[in-house]
Amino acid sequence: MRQPRLTRRGLLAGGAASAVGALATYASPRGAAETSAQAPAAPSPLAAAAPVPGGSAREPFHGVHQAGIATPPQSSAVFVGLDLLPGTGREAIVRMMRLLTDDARRLTEGRPALADTEPELAVLPARLTVTFGFGPGLFTAAGVEDLRPASIAPLPGFVIDKLERRWTGADLLLQICADDAVTVAHALRMTVKDARAFARVRWTQRGFRRSPQTQVPGTTQRNLMGQLDGTVNPAPGTPDFDRAVWVGEGPGWLRGGTTLVLRRIRARLDKWDAADRVAKEFVIGRRLDTGAPLTGQAEHDEPDFDRLNALGFPVISEYAHIRRAHVRDPGMRILRRVYNYDEGLTPEGQPDSGLLFASYQADIARQFVPVQRKLAEADLLNEWTTPVGSAVFAIPPGCSPDGWIGETLLG
Amino acid sequence: MATSRRHCAAACRLRRRKGINVFSRPIVPAAILTAAVMALSGCGSQGATAPAAVASPAAATGAASPSTVPSAAPSATGPALTITDPWVKTAKKGMSAAFGTLVNNTGAEVTVVSGSSPLSPRIELHEVVDSKGKMIMRPKAGGFVIPAHGTHQLQPGGDHIMLVGVAEEVKPGAQIPFTLTLKDGGTLEFTAVGKDFAGGKEDYQPGMDGGNTSGDMGGDMGGDNGSDGGKG
Repeated sequence: MRQPRLTRRGLLAGGAASAVGALATYASPRGAAETSAQAPAAPSPLAAAAPVPGGSAREPFHGVHQAGIATPPQSSAVFVGLDLLPGTGREAIVRMMRLLTDDARRLTEGRPALADTEPELAVLPARLTVTFGFGPGLFTAAGVEDLRPASIAPLPGFVIDKLERRWTGADLLLQICADDAVTVAHALRMTVKDARAFARVRWTQRGFRRSPQTQVPGTTQRNLMGQLDGTVNPAPGTPDFDRAVWVGEGPGWLRGGTTLVLRRIRARLDKWDAADRVAKEFVIGRRLDTGAPLTGQAEHDEPDFDRLNALGFPVISEYAHIRRAHVRDPGMRILRRVYNYDEGLTPEGQPDSGLLFASYQADIARQFVPVQRKLAEADLLNEWTTPVGSAVFAIPPGCSPDGWIGETLLG
Repeated sequence: MATSRRHCAAACRLRRRKGINVFSRPIVPAAILTAAVMALSGCGSQGATAPAAVASPAAATGAASPSTVPSAAPSATGPALTITDPWVKTAKKGMSAAFGTLVNNTGAEVTVVSGSSPLSPRIELHEVVDSKGKMIMRPKAGGFVIPAHGTHQLQPGGDHIMLVGVAEEVKPGAQIPFTLTLKDGGTLEFTAVGKDFAGGKEDYQPGMDGGNTSGDMGGDMGGDNGSDGGKG
């Protein structure tokens, strides 16, 4: 008897799942009990798929930090908020997080989840990331309230908020992102199947951005209002990014983690249609085409907030969005990893659109809240945008190949 | 390293386990060991403490086919039988089943003849067959035979380790110990993780020695734990 024969084709197509693994798992299409000591006559259906770079691209799951934060944003995302079932305590949460970590580990590597009912859907990870977050209720349920950072709590109220319960709060976050919507759907299905013995789904929020097949990665994203969105984001790999995003002080279990504020911001595109381009640019303080500040020529030019026009008024209005949102210290900025949403039309043709405003920062109280407060007080953009959902999560650090997400808190 | 993931997973697990140092034949080629050191993840494979089920040197050498493994020089030992990705279907009580991929690392056939687990006083090795147009499960005569250097799938709708009388709830994420006994007396110990799973509901037809337990497996087990299975 020989070992299964390995083909170059199988190796290329197998990606994360080795050819041996693929053969062991799939070489018996006719009968489950069939043994597979010899190579099949033809390549398995999975191995037959021609490799395409985008589909087989992988983001590492293991590491100091969870993936899906510093990761260049993928084109499709779903955020799921879950509430733990009554009586779900620490021991059960640990079981759940071990199961979910195992699912995420396999799927991000392009391997089927354990007991995957549709293993063929798992073979194209397309830069899949699965990121977990803990809401305030999880700390209570697990009996580790003393380890909850004070800012992992509902945000203070802002006058602009019109929060709806169906988009607000949650004990557990699943954030699933990939450059392919089918991959996202499968990962969502497999993870939620393991979560639902422990928790109920509170909300599901789907979002999208331009894909790397469409636009060069790293290009600032354009939202559905037509604005470049995220120009002043900290750049991954820089000291400013590390200081702004990763937790370096406070509870030891969260070191290497971060926090997420997820705001669902509805945009009144019908009203936005009524504003002309000059007004739209005045509201933001940037040009729509280039994204340059009204005082500059290029997107990344520093805004000159002191420059006055011929009438003696500031070129960038006192109430322009970029002035209100400006944070001078780069290490105190927030990381915006936003996704558009577009949930269909009313019978009259009015859209339900907006932004899933995912903001990551080391410290919500020091970084997010002050900016949100300034925007709530006076931002011309508030005329067209309304926060309708809000949830806050601690994002635990990453884990090793033998570990699980949450072990530093619950292990 | 991609060519030898399953083996590498086994070797990688092996290195972490205590007491698994009695293997009578060197059957893991050097290239695979190198891969094992590099392997990062997905170590779903667990090794056997099989004392026998030994390949003859000739068979072992022949198995390390030059076309698949560059270096045929064996440099370490490994378990005769391993299992990859073991899992057990959650159940409140009654019947359940365990699954995974059995991997024979030797040049000789290995036969699993029985299984045990503290979870259930009675465990059977089952197959699923077509009986008059209906899929039924029943004890598999002769047990599970894993060919030399081959694999044997245990999965819903196919061969599986049947737990006939689950005494204590199998919760999702639970770690359930199992022992499989081989024909030569060797054993494979592993831990299967509890997973909610809707499938695997074939009718059960007891074997000749099978007592009087019969009926729909799904009816007894439930497809999943419902809304309260995870309460801790």
